[in-house]
Amino acid sequence: MSMKFRVLKNIIKQGFQGMWRNKGMGLASITSITAVLVILGLVFIIILSLNNLVVDTKDKFDEIQVFLEDDINDEQISTIQNRLENQNGVSSVTFQSKNEALEKMKNDWGEEGYLLEGLETNPLPDTFIVKLKDIEYADEIAEDIKDLDGIDEVQYNQDIIEKLVLVANYVKTGGMIIVSILIFVSIFIISNTIKLTVTARKREINIMKYVGATNGYIRGPFIIEGVLFGLIGAMLSIAAVYYGYEYFFNTVSDRLYVLFTIYLVPPTILLKDIMTIFIAIGAGIGALGSLVSLRKFLNV
Amino acid sequence: MIKFINVDKEYANGVKALSNINLSIGKGDFVFLVGPSGAGKSTLIKLILKEENPSSGRIYLNNMDITNVKNRRIPYIRRNVGVVFQDFRLLPNKTVYENVAFAMEIVGSHPKEIRRSVPTVLGMVNLSKKADCYPDQLSGGEHQRVAIARAIVNNPPVLIADEPTGNLDPDTAWEIMKLLRDINRRGTTVLMATHAKDIVDAMQKRVIEIEKGVIVRDEEKGVYEHEI
Ligand SMILES: Nc1ncnc2c1ncn2[C@@H]1O[C@H](COP(=O)(O)OP(=O)(O)OP(=O)(O)O)[C@@H](O)[C@H]1O
Ligand SMILES: [Mg+2]
Repeated sequence: MSMKFRVLKNIIKQGFQGMWRNKGMGLASITSITAVLVILGLVFIIILSLNNLVVDTKDKFDEIQVFLEDDINDEQISTIQNRLENQNGVSSVTFQSKNEALEKMKNDWGEEGYLLEGLETNPLPDTFIVKLKDIEYADEIAEDIKDLDGIDEVQYNQDIIEKLVLVANYVKTGGMIIVSILIFVSIFIISNTIKLTVTARKREINIMKYVGATNGYIRGPFIIEGVLFGLIGAMLSIAAVYYGYEYFFNTVSDRLYVLFTIYLVPPTILLKDIMTIFIAIGAGIGALGSLVSLRKFLNV
Repeated sequence: MIKFINVDKEYANGVKALSNINLSIGKGDFVFLVGPSGAGKSTLIKLILKEENPSSGRIYLNNMDITNVKNRRIPYIRRNVGVVFQDFRLLPNKTVYENVAFAMEIVGSHPKEIRRSVPTVLGMVNLSKKADCYPDQLSGGEHQRVAIARAIVNNPPVLIADEPTGNLDPDTAWEIMKLLRDINRRGTTVLMATHAKDIVDAMQKRVIEIEKGVIVRDEEKGVYEHEI
């Protein structure tokens, strides 16, 4: 064993001892870190799920429907089609006659399709279904064509997507603010915990300095103590978030809210994501908390 | 071994603790540092330990210029100097053995070496039987002997003692002095700040006297006070 390694072993040993001696306040530190990470986990789950929802919705709604007037003639139809095909951001233009539209509706309604049999006239209009590369183009296109002869109405779902994105952004921002505040609080609690150890060991630290202990040797144990608190908090919160979420996910799936479940992150994928993030943040909070208290108390 | 060249020390609050200090202490010397309270003895020691930096002048330890060194290097400088204080500074929750071993652990000594050196040093200070005692089970003299054992266990070339007998009765003080003399005879340079007149007078060693931050006397085989 080299000298450096023995010194390192000593430092780590002292870190564990410090944690053990300080378990009362340590509990507060661990609790606060666990709380931060659990909340971070919830925010994380909500953001991921909302993201899925937004992506999926964008896919589904990246089209506009152009409803045509009833008395439209073929020439007008081909003018409109031409105009549509030459717009920016259009990937395809499909014409759906009013009869096709009715057939499609009957199919969609399935069992209840017979209800449509009784109609005397077909109330559905001829329609162009314009697939877009991105829903962003919708406004521009709608503006351009809405006054053409033969167009009754242009319809698309820009709103719902905008609202979703807005909600997702609120959740992101709000979540990050809450998590930041909590991280700050945890760092404060950890630094106070470490301060207790530092104070308890002030004499020892002073003597260590006279005997020629390096700053690293003196600080190491405290940083390890803080990191250990952080890691324990990370483990607890990973377990809490993973098992809690898995339970929720299974309950939702079991009740066959399948529509809802497809937007949720699968628990195993979540576990992979949060493992590294939580461990890094937990250890980071611990180390930072120690450093904050050491900066004040250990100036040689 | 220790050399001061034109050293001044003014504390941040404006107190001028040392002025134009010039001294040179050779390897294996035994030197008393005397002078009234507030003269600047402890300040001089702090400069050697790099607890304080001089305001001007240069300080050498072990032929190394330690006037301006990076904080990072200070621990390594201190490993050349064993220190003993008036108030012993032992760790109450460690045994005598552990208090000494601790100094070796810090510098990363091999456990085997620790197991060999600590009993040897405890034997030198005559505390082999108390190895497993805690400090509160020791007398004042025993406290100081543990502190000395801790100061010399890493074999520093210099031992500095700031009033090591200040808290001890005369008989015990003499035990400690004999111990320091033995350590010095084994080749360790010893610098000791003290107010113990009878000890200084009896030891017949070099005496450096400081008054109001200035060296007023530096003589071989000196005594505590000026002969007027
Ligand atoms: N950290 C400090 N900051 C400011 N002034 C200080 C500091 N330490 C000591 N002094 C001042 O420096 C002067 C020298 O003090 P020092 O402790 O060196 O004296 P001393 O000779 O060791 O005295 P004593 O025999 O009482 O131990 C005193 O006037 C003291 O008040
Ligand atoms: Mg003093």
